[in-house]
Amino acid sequence: MSIPSISTSIKVQLEDFDFALEVDNLEANNSTDGAVVTFIGRVRDNNDGLKVEHLFLEHYSGMTEKCLADIVEQARAQWQIGNVCVIHRYGQLNIGDKIVFVGVTSKHRKDAFSAAEFIMDYLKVSAPFWKKEQTEQGERWVAAKQNDQLEANKW
Amino acid sequence: MTINVLFFAAFKEQLDCAELQIEAATVQTVADLQSMLIAKGDTWNKVLNTPSLLTAVNHTMVDSEYEIKAGDEVAFFPPVTGG
Repeated sequence: MSIPSISTSIKVQLEDFDFALEVDNLEANNSTDGAVVTFIGRVRDNNDGLKVEHLFLEHYSGMTEKCLADIVEQARAQWQIGNVCVIHRYGQLNIGDKIVFVGVTSKHRKDAFSAAEFIMDYLKVSAPFWKKEQTEQGERWVAAKQNDQLEANKW
Repeated sequence: MTINVLFFAAFKEQLDCAELQIEAATVQTVADLQSMLIAKGDTWNKVLNTPSLLTAVNHTMVDSEYEIKAGDEVAFFPPVTGG
């Protein structure tokens, strides 16, 4: 049996990402893990009853990367997971654009499913990103949702 | 030596300020720094008294009693909305 692969990749970037390439990277040189779980978050065309035209995402460079790496380490402490990739975009994003990618491998599926959900739930409430929406009625900063905090608290 | 203070998102826009420097000798805690900034005017008062305001020092979340020192980077921002 090969040595398990446990790489962590954190990317905070303006540009889009290639889903298939990211999955290939998670699977490369990794013959010990049978499960690959991925999540993609995209820009919706509506929020809180208003039509959204596009989003602008601001972040705190330096803290963002540290925060995402800390979340992955917390996941590693709780589940047996292999390769992890987290990508989060910033800048202007249009309807349907990919915002965030989380990919996790594990030997069996449950660890990868749980870890991917945990990483997303914690990212939502702790990573320093802020969304500003351009709506049909002008621009507005998106308010934090209490439900996101409840989702994170369940872990 | 100074303390570097950063503001993000809605706070940055309301204050029309992304970054400023404070003389480190004049403040001991995050709360002291908030009080000093509140004295700058009505908008500063409103932003720095926001109930949901979050504070990070050197990229780690802290509370208002946290002691800051020369060379620290202190950031004030609203609740996060990424993902």
